[in-house]
Amino acid sequence: MLEIRGLSKSFGGVKATDNVSLDFADGSLTAVIGPNGAGKSTFFNLITGALRPDAGQILLNGVDMAGRAPPEIVRHGIGRAFQVASIFPSLTVEETMLAAVCADQRRAGVMHRCFPLAETRDRAEHAMELLGLAGKRNRTAATLSHGDQKLLDIALALVLEPKVLLLDEPTAGMGTEERWRMIDKVRELWEKQKITVVFIEHDMDIVFKIAPQIVVLCYGRILATGTPDAIRTNEAVIEAYLGSDDHAGAVA
Amino acid sequence: MTELQAGQGAQPLKVPRIDARPQRYRDVLIALVAFVLLALLPFIFGSKQLLDFVIRCAAYGLFATSLNLLVGYTGLISFGHGMFFGLGAYGFGLMMQKTGVAIPVAFVATLAMTFVVAIVIGAICVRLKEIYFAFVTLAFQMLIHSTILSWQSLTGGDQGLRGGIPRPPFLGIDLSNHLHLYITSCALLVIGLFLMRQIAQSPFGYTLRMIRDNATRASFIGIDVWRAKLVIFVLAALFAATGGMIMALFVSGAYPEFAYWTISGEGIFINMLGGVTTFLGPMVGTVLLLILNDTVTRLTEYHGIVLGVVILFFAIGLRKGLMDFVVEWFAQRRGEGRG
Repeated sequence: MLEIRGLSKSFGGVKATDNVSLDFADGSLTAVIGPNGAGKSTFFNLITGALRPDAGQILLNGVDMAGRAPPEIVRHGIGRAFQVASIFPSLTVEETMLAAVCADQRRAGVMHRCFPLAETRDRAEHAMELLGLAGKRNRTAATLSHGDQKLLDIALALVLEPKVLLLDEPTAGMGTEERWRMIDKVRELWEKQKITVVFIEHDMDIVFKIAPQIVVLCYGRILATGTPDAIRTNEAVIEAYLGSDDHAGAVA
Repeated sequence: MTELQAGQGAQPLKVPRIDARPQRYRDVLIALVAFVLLALLPFIFGSKQLLDFVIRCAAYGLFATSLNLLVGYTGLISFGHGMFFGLGAYGFGLMMQKTGVAIPVAFVATLAMTFVVAIVIGAICVRLKEIYFAFVTLAFQMLIHSTILSWQSLTGGDQGLRGGIPRPPFLGIDLSNHLHLYITSCALLVIGLFLMRQIAQSPFGYTLRMIRDNATRASFIGIDVWRAKLVIFVLAALFAATGGMIMALFVSGAYPEFAYWTISGEGIFINMLGGVTTFLGPMVGTVLLLILNDTVTRLTEYHGIVLGVVILFFAIGLRKGLMDFVVEWFAQRRGEGRG
């Protein structure tokens, strides 16, 4: 269970995240939407420790993550992928996966860092299979297509076996067809792995189709939360987002 | 978000494909063969000059390869790595002159001292970003050099440690015997290279490469970036100090030049010459530089100009080190052969 309590962050006078409180139940799939500058990425950066919150709590199964450094938060089980695929250009897909698992196994002690476990290979293999990257294991990350780089970024988060997976626009920069393939993948991962997934998405068709639960952010505040049907008919949302002239921009 | 995406624009550094499975047995075999070949050398060629050359290669090779762990593997460009070479030479020399302990004891004690100094300096430096890291390491190098110069009562100032380093025999090894010194240097070189190879191939070695490629992402898969940097900084310092100790034994003394910033410069030079993307690149660079040094200084007093031209050729002409070039050339040929 991930509980956000009164999370706030300001940059100068701008409240990028303003007293946000949310619950993400175990095994839920939630989409975060909102116009550009609504504070979606800031929200993710606060949860993962990239930014330090001014106030509020981030409770993962009752343990407060607020103000901790990213490595520590990752080790507690909150993984993330980035809007622009963040990968290791010179490592191959396989090396990336193995290295990530090894980094994760540091808790197992110094001997395991020197002598990789058999389990390491299995975990890496599993993650590559899940994301469909096994056939490209010997390609360096820099030579992968944009879509595969995004998948590799997600694989990096997933291989650590997180309890909560945050995906910052998994479909950013993709064509229509590729978007659907990516979002099917996300849904498939969510169903198979039974983890809590929260993703940011701009494409309304996608959001309404696959997300059982939607959070709408606007000016750093929660405008509405609920099922796709509830959001579609929510007047405040229509006013601020769907019905306005912004709609075209948001969908693009 | 821009901060988070910082490693993205970086050009990928080509790294030799390293199989993830431990290649330890192969490495052990190569190390043993290399050691046997080196050990046979004196019996094939009796030339003392050649043996001297190999001893110097061992000292500089350990130093340059350890620098590559920082520069090539982790992306930490240290301009002060030579301080540990100097510390090793002075620490060992002083320990032998002042205390008269056995050589292995002085060896371990010098490593322990280097360890402590490297942790303190590393803790200050590794949090700094690229150019500041380079400058601050250089500053520490200058600090240690000036300390050696001004602490005359202990170090002999600009005269260096004179009067020779006593080399009492231990375990049947007599380092005042030239052949014994040669074999010991070769053993230290081979063991040192083997250990560094294992570090580079281990999961920790991967961690270093991830930090070089994209430190931000590394921290988001649970790696404490600064701690990993500190660990490799200290490990590299230990190998550099070992190089310094070989040098001290070889010249039977220690001189302020061993701790001067030009040693660090030569380390960088060697890495550029040999290449940073292969493990043995710096070793090849060491041999090249020492050959160049020896021949050019014999031919002309303007050897600086010649070395400058050579480095320009590698930096601007090849745009890579010799070993990088060779490896790529072979890869290309193999590719053509298949196609």
